[in-house]
Amino acid sequence: MSGKLALNPVLVARARELAARAAAPVVELAQAHTTVSVERAVLRLAGLTGTDPVTGDGPEQDRVPWVNRVVDAVRDQVGLESGVALPVWHALTSGAAGSLPELAEQVGAGTARFAVPTDPEPAREAARAAVAAGIAWIDANRARRDELVTTLGDPPRRPWIYLIVATGDIHEDIPQAQAAARAGADVIAVIRSTGQSLLDYVPEGATRTGYAGTYATQENFRLMRAALDDVSRELGRYVRLTNYASGLCMPEIAVLAGLERLDMMLNDAMYGILFRDINPRRTFVDQRFSRMVHARAGIVINTGEDNYLTTADAVDEAHTVTVSQLLNERLAHEAGLEDWQLGLGHAFEIDPDRPESFRLELAHALLARGLFPDAPLKWMPPTKHMTGDVFRGYLLDGFFNLAGVLTGQGILLVGMMTEAVVTPWLSDRDLALRNVRYVLDAAGNLAEDFHPQPGGFIDRRAHTVLAEAVDLLERIADHPQGLIQAIADGTFGITRRSPDGGKGLDGVVRLAPDAYNPALELLEGVRV
Amino acid sequence: MSDGTIVRPYGDTTGDGMVQTSFTLPVPPGPRADGAALQLAQKMGIEPAMVVHSHGIGGGGGTAGDGAAFTFFVVYGSVRHLVDLAAVQVEERAYPLLSPSEVNAAIKTRLRRSLVVLGACIGTDAHTVGIDAILNLKGFAGEKGLEYYREMQVANLGAQVGVADLVRTARDRRADAVLVSQVVTQRDAHLRNTRELAGAFREAMGESRPLLVVGGPRFDPAMAAELGVDKVFGRGTTPGEVASYLVSALVPAEEPA
Repeated sequence: MSGKLALNPVLVARARELAARAAAPVVELAQAHTTVSVERAVLRLAGLTGTDPVTGDGPEQDRVPWVNRVVDAVRDQVGLESGVALPVWHALTSGAAGSLPELAEQVGAGTARFAVPTDPEPAREAARAAVAAGIAWIDANRARRDELVTTLGDPPRRPWIYLIVATGDIHEDIPQAQAAARAGADVIAVIRSTGQSLLDYVPEGATRTGYAGTYATQENFRLMRAALDDVSRELGRYVRLTNYASGLCMPEIAVLAGLERLDMMLNDAMYGILFRDINPRRTFVDQRFSRMVHARAGIVINTGEDNYLTTADAVDEAHTVTVSQLLNERLAHEAGLEDWQLGLGHAFEIDPDRPESFRLELAHALLARGLFPDAPLKWMPPTKHMTGDVFRGYLLDGFFNLAGVLTGQGILLVGMMTEAVVTPWLSDRDLALRNVRYVLDAAGNLAEDFHPQPGGFIDRRAHTVLAEAVDLLERIADHPQGLIQAIADGTFGITRRSPDGGKGLDGVVRLAPDAYNPALELLEGVRV
Repeated sequence: MSDGTIVRPYGDTTGDGMVQTSFTLPVPPGPRADGAALQLAQKMGIEPAMVVHSHGIGGGGGTAGDGAAFTFFVVYGSVRHLVDLAAVQVEERAYPLLSPSEVNAAIKTRLRRSLVVLGACIGTDAHTVGIDAILNLKGFAGEKGLEYYREMQVANLGAQVGVADLVRTARDRRADAVLVSQVVTQRDAHLRNTRELAGAFREAMGESRPLLVVGGPRFDPAMAAELGVDKVFGRGTTPGEVASYLVSALVPAEEPA
């Protein structure tokens, strides 16, 4: 598939080199800091769950999780500059508490006393052992997935069909997800409740009250994975489960996804910054840790470049998608993810009234395919130009599906003709899947016969976008603050975000020389 | 009922009353399901109705497979209802539609200072497409956004702006108008958020509050008074309409003496 366009190898190499340079300050920043969510993720890997019962009378999902209570207590007493592991496991090894839950109870009662030990070795050793148990669980899940894929089988063809379910109630989501799988979906995504990305904690328990989506909780993950395992056995193919690791709790959600055998996670380097106004520093620190966990868990990440095109023009700004893909690739590789784990995003969002819009879409899609030949690209359907004219929308989705098969996309998010009208009805999903199936059955192998003319319209357009992307990467790489300054300048998706603005900055802490994070040590130990 | 005010839907002949509709019933596919669809169509006033297509949804092994619990229908037929155009009520635009140069001229000669406009998405909605379409230079539907208007000073605060922050910013910048867009909403969150917005401005600024304008695809333009705002814009509103409204509401009708 990579041979469809004869991309200039010098330009491609230059693009990757510039992306590495632009991303370097971000990696340094991430290595020099921790966040409250990274530290909470360490406690989650060590097995701390549950909520503090005195923090609310309502349902469990509204109470404060123990991991938040403990990290906040450590921060209040000794700061987070050394990380949470040393003070917490010092309290355990020195006999102040018998177990992590017992220590949490002491925090709840206000009796826990934390100190950074002068001899850190006993605390380090205990912390490493506790966190290693969580990582072993993630490893076991990865092995279990491989085993299920081997015995049940993968979807029979590419692209994998990705369908969204979201009722707000996990017990409604389950039958809908199973029905979607029976109707042909290969990947089920449970959209999160609107605004969960701005919560600085992960709600607990099975939830039934989300808005425009269902809360991401460990119990909801577990329930849905178990339900999809059932339907996978029924259908004789492994149905994958997706959720969202964006927002203020990326590291924790990544851990929960690994612990509950989710298969794909939305994880974009910049989405939270640009579209949720989360502080850039917070995002980059959280993102690196979360991606290291995904790498270990064998999870395929999906990046969010499609979002740029919902706010910016899909032709004028096409190169910003390419730039973001290259940066996402770089930051993903740095965190240990391999090419097969990179569901780099892009979308079919060119104004259909524009002449040659379909040829332009093909050019952009082939460029992504050519630049990232081994990545399972995530192909997103039209949303911006879905007007409520459902008939036209159905046609547009058909063209989107055709572009997907012609250009060898890896993951195809099923477009709904009722986009921008209602949340999908049962019949909308059914009609949308019929559209996909028709195109796959009628033209699934057309890619074999499709060879854009060298020097023709599609070929030239792809080269233009790549050249524009390299220009922009040069400007980003030449700035001393690299990517962070590019974001402040409004390079992506029009929005401007300053390094000191946005939500969650107060959760970022510069690490001291004695800092210790057992999860980072264990996760970094296997790579390099 | 005078001549020419009564119409019927038009298929291919005047007065044939033809409509098409589609829906799903929680009934397995088959003659009984088609009969149920016909019954519903008749109750909807479609008579005679034809079920031109039906298929099962939700069966195992593909949507057309056995065991489907639902059936989807496409129905055509002649609707017996008449439409009386004389009885149609719409909110007619109560202000003239102005070109950008007319808007600028009106502000310059009659207000004699810049018109300060603040825009934001409130609540948890992160979809800025609506406010961006109205404010961004790029605009919408071939019309440039309000940033294009020389005599307007426009600030787009972006998504998920807290109501308290919005009130503070509006006061600090002496905003003439605050535009709030809400695109994604569930369980009427857009209505709740709008009432909260109106209440916060009323409490903080009373009579001196800026003009409050909300918009989004799920709003009913007739609800402004009920929601406590000055104007509600629905689906498909263009920047030019918003600019023209702002002039009519905020710029004195005559040049000051």
